[in-house]
Amino acid sequence: MPLFVMQGVSKRYGGVRALQDAQLAIEAGRIHAVLGENGAGKSTLIKIMAGVVAPDEGRMLLDGQPVAFTSPAAANDAGIACIFQELSLIPDLSVADNIAISNPPRRFGLIDRRAQRRMAEEALSRAGADNIHPSALVKDLPLSRRQMVEIAKALARKPRILILDEATSALTAADVTKVYGVLKRLRAEGLALVYISHRMHEITELADECTVFCNGRSVASFAAGTKTDNEIVELMIGREYNAAFPPRTARTASDAAPLLEVRHLGWTDRLTDISLRLSAGEVIGLGGLDGQGQRELLLALFGVLLGTTGEVLIDGRPVAITGPHVAKGREIGMALIPEDRKTEGLMLPMSVRDNLSFAALDTLSGWGVIDKAAERDAVARIVRLLGVRTDGTDMPAGSLSGGNQQKLVIGKWLMMAPRILLLNDPTRGIDVGTKQEMYQLLRQLADAGAAILFYSTDYDELVGCCDRVLVMYDGAIRRELIGAEITERALVSSALNIGAEARKSGPPQALS
Amino acid sequence: MNGDWAYWLREHKGTLLAFAAFVVMFTIYAANHPMGLNANVATTAANKGVLLAIVAMAQTLVVLTSGIDLSVGMVMVLANCLASSIAVGSPLATGLGVAGVLLTGCVCGAVNGLIVIYGRLQPIVTTIATGAVYYGIALALRPVPGGDVNAALADALTGQLPGGVPASLAVLLILVAVVWLPFRRSAIGRAAYALGSSEIAAYMSGVPIRRAKFVAYTLSGLLASMAGLFLTFITYTGEASAANGGAYTLYSIAAVVLGGVSLFGGSGSAIGAIFGALMFRTIGDLLFVFNVEPLWQPLFQGLVLLAAVCLGSVRLLRIRNRLDLYG
Repeated sequence: MPLFVMQGVSKRYGGVRALQDAQLAIEAGRIHAVLGENGAGKSTLIKIMAGVVAPDEGRMLLDGQPVAFTSPAAANDAGIACIFQELSLIPDLSVADNIAISNPPRRFGLIDRRAQRRMAEEALSRAGADNIHPSALVKDLPLSRRQMVEIAKALARKPRILILDEATSALTAADVTKVYGVLKRLRAEGLALVYISHRMHEITELADECTVFCNGRSVASFAAGTKTDNEIVELMIGREYNAAFPPRTARTASDAAPLLEVRHLGWTDRLTDISLRLSAGEVIGLGGLDGQGQRELLLALFGVLLGTTGEVLIDGRPVAITGPHVAKGREIGMALIPEDRKTEGLMLPMSVRDNLSFAALDTLSGWGVIDKAAERDAVARIVRLLGVRTDGTDMPAGSLSGGNQQKLVIGKWLMMAPRILLLNDPTRGIDVGTKQEMYQLLRQLADAGAAILFYSTDYDELVGCCDRVLVMYDGAIRRELIGAEITERALVSSALNIGAEARKSGPPQALS
Repeated sequence: MNGDWAYWLREHKGTLLAFAAFVVMFTIYAANHPMGLNANVATTAANKGVLLAIVAMAQTLVVLTSGIDLSVGMVMVLANCLASSIAVGSPLATGLGVAGVLLTGCVCGAVNGLIVIYGRLQPIVTTIATGAVYYGIALALRPVPGGDVNAALADALTGQLPGGVPASLAVLLILVAVVWLPFRRSAIGRAAYALGSSEIAAYMSGVPIRRAKFVAYTLSGLLASMAGLFLTFITYTGEASAANGGAYTLYSIAAVVLGGVSLFGGSGSAIGAIFGALMFRTIGDLLFVFNVEPLWQPLFQGLVLLAAVCLGSVRLLRIRNRLDLYG
């Protein structure tokens, strides 16, 4: 009998179906891999298992008994420990404090530091991380060490089911090998492991069982090794809807210098040797798995990151973009539509009009005084252009729907008529109708001569909107797909870096 | 294991720095005092310092949870007014009176905590409002300064122990042992640090966030009322002084910062805040022994505070992503 079963579990966020009728059966002493592309419902699945969110429908059985978790603590008590992608460590506490956080050993009501120290040392050594000092503060540790502490923390709870969500993404190669060893030993000890990873070779190496998620549904479960990598990618793709995309404009190659050129851009260890050329009228997509450096690239171009290396050229001339105020200046004319519209894009309590005119205030004012009439006209024009559904421009921005808020963020930058538009996953969490308007708008802007760099976690969008797509992996551009080459299949397989891994281990093969 | 002491140093850096700075300042003060460091000089200095130190401890508890308590001074004033009415008479009556004052402090703190937790209001606004309420009650209790306190008890706690050691230092030591150390070492105290450092991570780790906040605010109220009681023992009278309440609230925040407690929450110690408070007091005393006009005192205290805050933000120079500056 399986140790843990999920039957028909569904979850909605607002109007978005994150998970629908999901099935999962986990057995003790096995490693169960969960696969799926961005937004396939894996994260929601884990959050439900770990008690972070409650499912809308469906049931969960542990040892054949129905269970429901109201909080992470409840899931812990039932023996489910989760290693989250976003770390759950407390930066100001020591490693030992963190490992014992959910249930510190006590004597006479007070924390027994010696017992805690022993517990931490034991957990660290079980996780293969003896070289981490239990008294070190977590905030002083590099990311890879923190990840190991996170694993030790989960093990210290003596779980029966251990969920690892991209647990190796921040690790060094040496640590990955150690973690593999640890996971295999835990499997031998009879733990059930749920392993989420985007790296196909890890799945091949570790998994006994696989379940593929697509569009919030569990589409297939099979024993590891019974399907090829390509078959798995096919399962991950299967789409339900195809949004309508505007036709691409035929482009003729020109000899003019590109509007934006980047040469060998680098930043800490998160971006390496990025080069790209972006011409007027072009829409370039940034693809790849979430968190491979796409955001950092956009921030670097916008002048937010300090200590970048390499060169940025505008109209063929080198420029130093030292901050957003320089980027949006007349010579460069760059705009960044941020990913988190609520904190980085809008001042929610302020009015629609104020929000729209922020970025363009210098063109709407003379000697520091805002020209109210000019502001009103400009705002009205943008509201009409974007079809923002609002009850007048005095409403607070926070009272609009998500899609209309996103239009405001874009509209605010259109007010200053940017030549270069950087978009950071602009359609996340907005409805299909607004998405389509957004696609039309992007194409219109490009046709009017803007250059657009567009990061999206939705592969469909990249296929439908972009003239070229640059696929990023591990902070570098690994592949460029042009025109008809941009297919979901090519995007998914190059995002997983399957080609590169095959090349490393097997005979060299040409790019398709 | 090797290198334990290095980690210990790292964890207690703020506290140790505050301690060292205080020792240096106090040595200079004692060496230059016209009468030298005799028992009376020490006792007067200790009484003033301990009073602020207790309020700073109260502030620390809330600041650790990444909150701020602007009502500590007012709770102190309220306790002062109440103590001057009920902490008098026979030993039994005095005992009951003291218990009543401390209970009132707990209630004030608990009310702050409940509003912050269940009303989900920002601590700064909540405590400005409740602080005004507490001050209003104090004013109703004692519209004009007056009242009395059990003199025997007051003299015992503010005088000298055999050997000339200020009794107030013993009081402070007992408070640390009875209130702070158990809190620091308990699971609830750990939870308070955790939620101050990262509330999301604490929640994800199954830490009892609400209970920890409630305990932190309640103990803060308790300590503030102890300060009020101590103030009564020093002055033998009760006074609903808005100036006192405001000043002690602001000084307590200064002491907390000087003591190496992070205003972002999650790191620091009440011990550090105690030395921060003593240091803050010593600045004033130093100016006195060097014959600087008392008018200059706020200016110098401000400069020292600014310097301490600057030291604390050296880490910002290492930031590579400007968004981290605003996060």
